[in-house]
Amino acid sequence: MDSVRTKDRIVRVVIHVILIIMSVIMIVPFLWMALTAFKTVAESTSIDPFVILPSSWKFDNFTTVWKNYNFLILYKNTLLMIFFRVLCAVVTATMAGYAFGRLRFPGKNILFGMVLVQMMVPPQIFLLPQYLMVSKLRLLDTTFALVFPGLVSAFGTYLMKTSFQSLPKDLEEAGSIDGCNIGQRFLLIMAPLTRSGMVSLGIFTAVFGFKDLMWPMIACTRSDTTSLSAALAKMQGQFAANYPQLMAAALMACIPMIILYLIFQKQFVEGIATSGGKL
Amino acid sequence: MTKKKKMTKAQKNEAVWGLVMVAPAIIGLIVLNFWPIVNTIWQSLHKTGDFGMGNTFVGLDNYVSVCTSTEFWQSLLNTVKYAIIEVPFSIVIALVLAVFLNRKMRFRSGYRTIFFLPMVAAPAAVAMVWKWLYNQQFGLLNHIFHTDIAWLSTPSFAWVSIGVIGVWSIIGYNMVLFLGGLQEIPHDYYEAADIDGASGVRQFFSITVPLLSPTTFFIVQTRIIAALQVFDLIYMIMDRTNIAFSKVQSVVLLFYQYTFTQDNKGYGSTLVVMLLLFILIITFVLQKLEKKFVFYN
Repeated sequence: MDSVRTKDRIVRVVIHVILIIMSVIMIVPFLWMALTAFKTVAESTSIDPFVILPSSWKFDNFTTVWKNYNFLILYKNTLLMIFFRVLCAVVTATMAGYAFGRLRFPGKNILFGMVLVQMMVPPQIFLLPQYLMVSKLRLLDTTFALVFPGLVSAFGTYLMKTSFQSLPKDLEEAGSIDGCNIGQRFLLIMAPLTRSGMVSLGIFTAVFGFKDLMWPMIACTRSDTTSLSAALAKMQGQFAANYPQLMAAALMACIPMIILYLIFQKQFVEGIATSGGKL
Repeated sequence: MTKKKKMTKAQKNEAVWGLVMVAPAIIGLIVLNFWPIVNTIWQSLHKTGDFGMGNTFVGLDNYVSVCTSTEFWQSLLNTVKYAIIEVPFSIVIALVLAVFLNRKMRFRSGYRTIFFLPMVAAPAAVAMVWKWLYNQQFGLLNHIFHTDIAWLSTPSFAWVSIGVIGVWSIIGYNMVLFLGGLQEIPHDYYEAADIDGASGVRQFFSITVPLLSPTTFFIVQTRIIAALQVFDLIYMIMDRTNIAFSKVQSVVLLFYQYTFTQDNKGYGSTLVVMLLLFILIITFVLQKLEKKFVFYN
């Protein structure tokens, strides 16, 4: 019995060692980003000695990047983009999800088939026509342009449909006896019960909107109209070899989302993972 | 018509509500997605006129020139090579981590938080820091390993370096999906195996792997499809002047350049339609394989 226990303990230690090594591999790039952001160019390119920690913790790189690339506007653009995308996706998907999951109406299967087809098509195929539409409306370089591809969400519709389907049937019958019409039943009884689905969809939409690079690069080319991701790509061209400044910019772009993630971990992991959960 | 007459008032009412409620989403899908699919295919059959001149119909000419260009086949090969690094490695590592974390242990949620962290970082920022880590002269990697390797500009293995970033970025996501799948495996199976004296490794291959196969299959499929669309990392990391560029450039990057940098909409659209066809073929093959290898209860 004793040998079993020691063996068990060894296994446990080995597992922790592997997990710690993996954690270090995952953390080091972020750590290196932060450390470099505080260094001077000379420190960052010193080989002998190789500088790990900056000699002083000054925010010079951050202030320079903040000024040169009006970060306030970038935050504002990104926030507005995320806000409207989440709002539009959640509202349209919840309504459609309820109808697909709970109501009977003509053409239901064909229309839901369209939702499924959209999820199977690589999204790059939508880009050029979407760009041409926004361009024709003369709305390039606006918040509308940033939001445009996210006005509706096929995946969200699918997710909300499964959310509504998982609710028990009798809830609604109670509502119809009370004399509620379908709209009231949806708004007052059913929709509030799918809050966790809506939160998942909202987080999913927000994170992937934040990470999106190609669309803002195409639709908003000016550095005062674009999103954080696309602005980083522009900065890389401009600051080329000034890694401390680039790392400061990258860190500033990522920090808000990372802080939100650390606070709302459970919701984030669920929101992003259900996206993959059952497609 | 007779069918409609048979509908009761309540049914009619329900049908109207249903149609009204799906309308915003469906109209959005038509405008944002279905019309663009048709439009992209239409564009791929046309030659983009010079200096804003109208398009001329050229039939399948664009497809012929894409299929006869070495650039396209090279980029497809590069994309597939990227997927060959990203998909298997990210899945195997994630599976091992998930199995480790699928038990009561200390710091369980701490590990999960750390592994999942890259999922909330902007790929543009991730690419920038990795480019810096890989830097030949001043990068951390060459310093740690006491090497002098041009990780990103050696044509023979730059694709591996890029693939490693892809693996790093996606491990946590795959791991969370695996954890979800693992929780659905009834605990009795492991208890029974314990009583029979089966080792942990044996349990992994005899219980975990087969019962997890639906999850694994799902992850394999979504990872392959996503990897074939790789763009952000390569765009951010590979300068056009990099001598390894042509050996790393992906299909989507090629599409981006033709469509939006060179404004050759016809050719660019053809590239993305080819990608669609390729992905459909892969999906079809995977569906066939699913019936063979996936174990459903």
